[in-house]
Amino acid sequence: MVNLKINNIDVQVEENTTILEAARRNHIDIPTLCNYPDLSIKSECRVCVVEIDGQKKLPTSCSTIVREGMVVNTNSPKVLNARKTIIELILANHDANCTACPKNLNCELQALANKLGIDKNRFPTVLEVQPVDDHNPVLVRNINRCIKCGRCIDMCKNVQSMGVLDVMGRSKDSKITPAYGKYLSDEFCTYCGQCSSVCPVGAIIEKDDTDRVWEALNNPSLHVIVQVAPAVRVSLGEEVGMAPGSIVTEKVVAALKYLGFDAVFDTDFTADLTIIEEGNELIERVTNGGTLPMMTSCCPGWINFAEQKYPEILDHISTCKSPQQMFGALAKSYYAEKMNIKPEDLFVVSIMPCTAKKYEAQRKEMRIDNINPDVDVVLTTRELGKMIRQMGINFEDIQEIPFDKPFGITTGAAAIFGATGGVMEAALRTVYEVVNKEELQDINFTQVRGTDGIKEAEVVLGGQKVKVAVAHTLANAKILCEQVKAGTSPYTFIEIMTCPGGCIGGGGQPYGTTNAVREKRIEATYNVDEDMPIRKSHENPDIIALYDEYLLKPLGKKSHHLLHTHYSSRNK
Amino acid sequence: MIQEKIVSKRFGKVNPLSIDSYIKYDGYKGLEKAVSNHPTQVIDEIEKSRIRGRGGAGFPAHIKARALANASGPKFIVCNGDEGEPGNFKDRMLMENDPHAIVEGMVIMAYATGAKKGYVYIRGEYQNAIKIMKATIQAAEEKGFLGENILNKGFDFKLEVRSGAGSYVVGEEFSMIESIEGKPGRSRVKPPFPTDKGIHDRPTLINNVETFVNFPYIVLVGGEEFAKVGTASSTGTKLISLSGNVKNKGLYEVPFGTSIRDVIFQLGKGVRNNKPIKMVQLGGASGPIIPEYMLDMSIDFDRFENFDSKTGTGAIIVIDDRYDIFDVLLINMKFFVHQSCGKCAPCREGHIQIVNLLNKFKTHRATEKDLMSLENLAKVIQQTSLCGLGQTSMTSIISSLRYFRDDYFAKVRY
Repeated sequence: MVNLKINNIDVQVEENTTILEAARRNHIDIPTLCNYPDLSIKSECRVCVVEIDGQKKLPTSCSTIVREGMVVNTNSPKVLNARKTIIELILANHDANCTACPKNLNCELQALANKLGIDKNRFPTVLEVQPVDDHNPVLVRNINRCIKCGRCIDMCKNVQSMGVLDVMGRSKDSKITPAYGKYLSDEFCTYCGQCSSVCPVGAIIEKDDTDRVWEALNNPSLHVIVQVAPAVRVSLGEEVGMAPGSIVTEKVVAALKYLGFDAVFDTDFTADLTIIEEGNELIERVTNGGTLPMMTSCCPGWINFAEQKYPEILDHISTCKSPQQMFGALAKSYYAEKMNIKPEDLFVVSIMPCTAKKYEAQRKEMRIDNINPDVDVVLTTRELGKMIRQMGINFEDIQEIPFDKPFGITTGAAAIFGATGGVMEAALRTVYEVVNKEELQDINFTQVRGTDGIKEAEVVLGGQKVKVAVAHTLANAKILCEQVKAGTSPYTFIEIMTCPGGCIGGGGQPYGTTNAVREKRIEATYNVDEDMPIRKSHENPDIIALYDEYLLKPLGKKSHHLLHTHYSSRNK
Repeated sequence: MIQEKIVSKRFGKVNPLSIDSYIKYDGYKGLEKAVSNHPTQVIDEIEKSRIRGRGGAGFPAHIKARALANASGPKFIVCNGDEGEPGNFKDRMLMENDPHAIVEGMVIMAYATGAKKGYVYIRGEYQNAIKIMKATIQAAEEKGFLGENILNKGFDFKLEVRSGAGSYVVGEEFSMIESIEGKPGRSRVKPPFPTDKGIHDRPTLINNVETFVNFPYIVLVGGEEFAKVGTASSTGTKLISLSGNVKNKGLYEVPFGTSIRDVIFQLGKGVRNNKPIKMVQLGGASGPIIPEYMLDMSIDFDRFENFDSKTGTGAIIVIDDRYDIFDVLLINMKFFVHQSCGKCAPCREGHIQIVNLLNKFKTHRATEKDLMSLENLAKVIQQTSLCGLGQTSMTSIISSLRYFRDDYFAKVRY
């Protein structure tokens, strides 16, 4: 243990603790800007400087390790002045037109300026306005707001192993950009949006599609329906100030009804459907000598990654569309027929924890017979939060309403799609019982739960032991992909999710997502599962009815027409 | 004569491209003596010599050497020949005139520390020095002073030339390490220091060119003998790059303790056209600016530290009264706007605002508030920047505010 004094308070912490951690553990707040939980220490913004007795310079508390007998002052006049001056310098080279920024009131720089009492800037603006990159359907990069904190680089390069973004140029000309100043769309960007979830300001943000939804809702000739992804019900509460991990399933339904949607459905239903189709595909591949290991296909960031970086292994990926797209396809066929609505008069909106879903919905493969898109608009959790605030809905106290029929019944298996390992667990619950023709003793496959980067499990299927694996983040996905590419993969089935923690940690989730928040959302996800009366997809009576009435059989002709897709190499 | 030649003693006497010529002139004698002793004895001699680094910071050389020697596993030695500081040309002169002395100094250090790989990092603009150092390394390898089983003593040391594309900040240790690793020259968070985690996170010793050239001499004559020259806190000699409005510009070697005035008037023969001296900038763009009345100050690490800066690079830039302080400061500060790597906020954004403020003074638009702003901003940049660039770039501003304050008030609009 190390003893030191911070602001005249005696403090004892373990060795190798930073001053910042030591202070925070003792309820002393040191403001930070480039620092972000779970990411590397960058020490670039210099906002967290402190004064240490005997040192002329002001070292950054995020990077300085405590020493025995150290005397630290986090709020001396010298420190406060330095901090304020640095924020003023940053603001002078930042597009500080706050009311014209989507991050207004949700911006860490703005909050910090406010906290430090900055109501005017001693320095004149030196911003040289540069064009905005909005050349893709998902992310908008406004470099004029960028403060070069480096979080997005760290996320893209180190967590996701992509390295799409980096610093180009030096000094005042330095900017964070894809190589050679190209557009994101020119690069191997998977649109996972993790950069946008850690950006402290509004420099990188999902493309706002709320206006398109308002327009559709106000168009009397359209029947506007909406689906809600599994991960949204454990995160949307944070958008309106509720604690991470709050379960708000039926509040979401009520809020969406209030917004004016004609029907509100649960993507969990097509998650169950995915399990039936994908489970049967796995069984077919195993019994008929198909390409193995099979890899999941519900994560659009992962599909973008595979098409661009691993075109050699596309045959391994399940041909099943994602639950979002299965829902859209069913809505524009089965539901439209049932309701006697022309598909072109049906407008399908998705609420997703994800930015890459915006790209997925626009893929040319995602239209039945190449005509109407399965899904018309994708909104992130954050965008729905914005609409709820715009409408002045008192979300916390809203009267709960169940999801609409005919896709009304869902299972716990679908609910856990949102957490890393969830798709695998849901699939195993079904595949085990279908193949072995016996009921599972314990349906909780805990080996595939949790936040380890790569998880493994072994199951007996048809008398044979098979290995399965689960990976989240693209850095971990890469490891499994290399094995598959080399033909050395020991697994039969692999689940891959792009975002840390799975969809609950998606790039479109509420700001402030950290590992601690992810854990809370994961816990809530499994609580939702536990509380469901049915917890296996193949036991969902509405799914059984859908096959009886419409699809006839898994992997059948209709299924292939509506629910399956193909992938192609986009290696640049 | 006030010159005392130790590191420049072979200038003009040896053919830099001939190893035989170097050998004839005591070349590699220091190395031969070093390898006949135990490696720790070599560092002991360096400690006795009390030599401090010649790159600017003046850090005691033996401490770094000892730290590297104590580290196990792969480790590296780097010779810092980036010399980006305006007004300095001593390292270029050493590389171009006596390149084998650098190699010899590095091999001695390799023997003392157990490093097997070294780099000579040379400023991108120094194309001639790059060519000469490459040829020198090859010649030394051929003669068995470098490479495997050096002097049949069973130790290996490989040396390679590296260079940047013209960046001031790679003269800073960690930026240089990044550059050697093939990355853009941007500094890292300190600590850990390079002797703990340098190139590829392995212990790395970085010394200036002039520091390495001193090592063979120290080994040859002994640390105590070396320490007889100079002052108590600064032993040995210093190469001085003398430039500006002075009659005899050039490189001079003087013992520590020599006064700046003697260098300018005895060696430099005074100011051209006998104009009065308005100011002298020491060390380069990152050094202090002092008025004429301070020229009797002696060249000495401890003296220079009074300026909140370390100015051991040994540049003296003389500026006569045709120029005003803002001309000089603006040149310096525009240089830093160009050369900041852009990684940390105070350095990247601060220098731009410093130039804005100085321009207001230059054009008589400044107010007293601007003076306060300038003083405050200069201190914040100095106190909070990540690396040596921002930590020293404000020295000229801060010293000018101390010694030329009237010049500021003369420009303030009331």
